[in-house]
Amino acid sequence: MTDIYVDDAANMKHGDRRLLTDGRLEIGVFRIGDAFHAFLNSCPHQGGPVCQGKVMPKVEEFLSPEQKSIRMDFSTNEFHLVCPWHGYEFKFETGTHPGASDVRIRNFPTKVVEGKVYVSV
Amino acid sequence: MDDAKAKSFSPFGNNEALTSESNTTETLRNAAKYRDRRKLHDYFIADMDTHHFETGSWNEIIEFVEDPILRAEALSFKRKPDSRLGTVLYHANGNMFSQSVGGRIPHSNLSPGEPRDDTSVHPDVVPLRRAMDSFGIDRMILFPNALLQVGTHPNVKVETNLAFAYAKFLTEVVLPGDPRLKTMALLPFNDPDACERMIEMYGDHPSIIGFTVTSVRFSPVQDNKYMRIYRMLEERGLPLSFHAGFNWQDGYLGQLDRFITMHAISFVLCNMVHMANWVIHGLGERFPKLPVVWIESGLAYIPFMMQRLDNEYLMRQSEAPLLKKLPSEYIRDMYFCCQPMERTNMKLLEATFEAINAETQLLFSSDWPHWDFDAPSIITDLPFLSETGKRNILGENARRIYRKL
Repeated sequence: MTDIYVDDAANMKHGDRRLLTDGRLEIGVFRIGDAFHAFLNSCPHQGGPVCQGKVMPKVEEFLSPEQKSIRMDFSTNEFHLVCPWHGYEFKFETGTHPGASDVRIRNFPTKVVEGKVYVSV
Repeated sequence: MDDAKAKSFSPFGNNEALTSESNTTETLRNAAKYRDRRKLHDYFIADMDTHHFETGSWNEIIEFVEDPILRAEALSFKRKPDSRLGTVLYHANGNMFSQSVGGRIPHSNLSPGEPRDDTSVHPDVVPLRRAMDSFGIDRMILFPNALLQVGTHPNVKVETNLAFAYAKFLTEVVLPGDPRLKTMALLPFNDPDACERMIEMYGDHPSIIGFTVTSVRFSPVQDNKYMRIYRMLEERGLPLSFHAGFNWQDGYLGQLDRFITMHAISFVLCNMVHMANWVIHGLGERFPKLPVVWIESGLAYIPFMMQRLDNEYLMRQSEAPLLKKLPSEYIRDMYFCCQPMERTNMKLLEATFEAINAETQLLFSSDWPHWDFDAPSIITDLPFLSETGKRNILGENARRIYRKL
């Protein structure tokens, strides 16, 4: 494993990304809240550039105690990475599809050392 | 830390998400990598269903409308700044276009803001060329978007005039921009006389490889008024296709209040109705040499239709006296565009391929740039298909059926 310097943590705010390549491997590193997540820029569906997709809050549907649908709304603390080719969504924490845990993007470990963000490749 | 390796990484993509203004080449960069890795240039790839953003050129198309009254009416709307399409000719499904999933899939809005740097061709050609180059596509068959619903317009003259105007616009303005671009002209199906005129006018055009019925309509295909049309196409060796679409205005489908369900059912239902009529009314017997192609309904519905119709036919043969074999055998004589190919259960997909004789009957189609497009990799990556089968589906089947391809 090699640690690749991404950026200073202070330069990245919530929702920001850094896209890095060595000409072959393409990696996206995202800041979500105080956490950093890194993924391969290839969707398991059809190989789309998932790291060049939108960061969207998870959509939630709320039910009443009688199981009536009350409303849909955006989550305030859970976010998804959305592949721009076909809309596959992935949880930042695990890289898995919210409705199919066996559908996942490859993730890479990240760490912050003395305010600097690294991804381990 | 391995400094040498670390220094070899550099930024790309401006650290930003793709947008509806992104260059198609950038959006499809991963497709181009796949094209090179899998040597797709060694294949003849015919994309039998790609979409041209005709509403982006609407103000040019309406200039080609023959009827002076309709043309004047359309042009009067052109000047209204709040008129999205600049025309009164256009009504179906209003502005309920939700393909981008709330903006999550930017290219599905057909990239109206994409830079067009090549001024030697019509601006519509530029993103299409980028897509062909990125996928490694050798022929791209264009269909419109909004015009797929024109068959429900209450004024039959509107369908007729728009079908001719669009054929003229494509053949005179867009298709000359690249020899790889072709189309299957729209038949104004609510006006059979005009359909015959369309076939006579464009049947020999080198860029029009066949003709299309837009499936969103309420016109039973077995009506006697259409028999001359089918005969004309059969005699000329020109395939007839049925291109599916959605119809949120239909009462039954109006119960589906989310785009996902409406789209999932609507795009299949229209072709199921036409296919059932085509088979049970013996049109396969009446026009045995007419290739019939079903577009944009996926594949999963076909085994359902085969089993359902066979089962009922065996009990009610008297209602289908023209048939000389099982309904499924007539369906097996037809051709199918693969997109959107349902791939979540490989066993079922493999069974479907076997049921429809996919190696000879299936045609690759991308449906680019729509939200559920399929890249050529969906065929080349199939684990159960022979190399010959892959080549046939990607292009050789189409080359056999469409003599002008």
